Amino acid sequence: MIEIIELTKKYGKFTALDSLNLQINKGTVFGFVGQNGAGKSTTFSILATLLAPTSGTAFINGYNIQKDTKAVRRQIGYMPDFFGVYDQLKTSEYLHFYGASYGIPYQERQKLIPRLLELVNLSHKKDVYVDLLSRGMKQRLCLARSLIHDPEVLILDEPASGLDPRARVEMREILKELKTMGKTILISSHILPELADMCDSIGIIDHGRLIAQGSVSEIQAMLHQERTIVVKFLGEAKRVISFFEDDPFVSKLTEMEKGSLQFVYRGTEEEQMELLKRAVLQDLQIISFSEEKANLEDVFMEITKGASLS
Amino acid sequence: MKNFTLNPVLNKELTLRFRSFKSYLGILFYLLALGLIIIGFIFIETIAYGQNFFRPSASREMFMFLSALQLGLVLFITPGLTAGVISSEREKQTLNILLTTTQSSTSIIVSKLVSSVAYLMLLIAASLPLYSIVFLFGGISPGQFFITAGFYLFSIITFGTIGVLVSTLIRRTIIAMVTAYSILLFLTGGTTFLTVLLSEISYGYYGGNVSGFFPFPYFTAMLNPFFVLISVLEPSFNDELTQYTGIHFPLWAAFLISYTIIAAASMVISIKKLRPNMQRG
Repeated sequence: MIEIIELTKKYGKFTALDSLNLQINKGTVFGFVGQNGAGKSTTFSILATLLAPTSGTAFINGYNIQKDTKAVRRQIGYMPDFFGVYDQLKTSEYLHFYGASYGIPYQERQKLIPRLLELVNLSHKKDVYVDLLSRGMKQRLCLARSLIHDPEVLILDEPASGLDPRARVEMREILKELKTMGKTILISSHILPELADMCDSIGIIDHGRLIAQGSVSEIQAMLHQERTIVVKFLGEAKRVISFFEDDPFVSKLTEMEKGSLQFVYRGTEEEQMELLKRAVLQDLQIISFSEEKANLEDVFMEITKGASLS
Repeated sequence: MKNFTLNPVLNKELTLRFRSFKSYLGILFYLLALGLIIIGFIFIETIAYGQNFFRPSASREMFMFLSALQLGLVLFITPGLTAGVISSEREKQTLNILLTTTQSSTSIIVSKLVSSVAYLMLLIAASLPLYSIVFLFGGISPGQFFITAGFYLFSIITFGTIGVLVSTLIRRTIIAMVTAYSILLFLTGGTTFLTVLLSEISYGYYGGNVSGFFPFPYFTAMLNPFFVLISVLEPSFNDELTQYTGIHFPLWAAFLISYTIIAAASMVISIKKLRPNMQRG
């Protein structure tokens, strides 16, 4: 579990992090979304005991990041947004080095490292020098490195940045696997749709302040109290369009393609149910009536336009 | 990486250092330079006396020359090896990850220093066959040889700690190197100049009577490893300095104390500054 209390970081007059409060429960995957300079990496660096906060504090599994630094380091696996590797080390040696740095005995590492390499799909590269690996492979190796001491909390700063689409998909699959292993994961990304189907909850940070927190749909509801509905139907479009246009809670109705339309609905869930019921009773030949999943990127762009939600 | 009795950072540093071809090239060029200078010394010595053989009595001079030369070379290499140990990790973006492990700051700093010192000791050990040329002609006791070796080790450790300190405090390797070399220059060239200058002032102050008490040349000389090496190999140098300064305390002991303080302070500051103080933002 991660608990952040009034965390503030100032560099002279510039406030990088402004009284951040956050609670992430055990086993949760929390996505941290924000533009460059929003304060994501600063937060992660403080949690990883690499940067001292100006005020406020944080706890990781009950350990204070300022007082119990060694215990915190044992609890976390940290992957920075930018990192280097030791050129002259082989992949397995790289993991051995970090394993030894956490005090894991050699015999134990011998069993552990092949498992980690398998998890990140690098078993075939165990004897290859680290600097010869591709960017995506290095990212995966760094992720394996962050897991070497079996931490309960993972702090992953933009783990998918700079990766090609295939490598992103691979990284996302590994993170899903880690989620099933019950790890508490704090992850940041600019690739917002990547987080949408992976995170239990997201936080939007802007100018050092957390301006929204919740599930993707909660944040969307928070924004507009409105939902985007997609309707697929058979038969004459004119009659269907006319029916929905007559509803006072419907707006921005657009016909997308033949037999499909989309509109924004501002009513309650009960009113939405009634709308669907009436459409069926009117024999409109509805095939499907569904809420479009919130596009996190849209939400992010909307939220970080400047309007504070808190 | 198999050796788990060694500290992991030290183990990794030694692996990386001796896996690099540059390290072996360094040893080769070091020995070539040292060997050529010794052969040159013997050649000049032979010509100077118009003889076709090397005088055994010149062996002691050659040992002193070789010792001073080796000290100069080793001190010149030390900042190059140590002033980048932390800053280069920072530049390569590997330091942050290392600092989030449970390795203590002391362990990281000490391992970095030891790996650099180990390489320098290897250079000195590799030069032993060249020293055997000196022993071939006699004039040097094994005791003097071991004292010289111990003196090298001590100087290397102290200058190594200074290198590690600037590497910890200064983010850029190139600036850390320039700073480390500047400190080295002051502790060798700077103190030589000051010692000579202050001795001249002392001579002038006492109007040619050099038996007065003017301690300042002693304080600068005790920081200079070359003066200390000469005082160890040539005790008459000590007597002369005592005449100038009125201080009877052995120069090597003052050197030992002052350099121990410098090394200890450098280590403590490096260890404290490696990680941020999480209590103060």
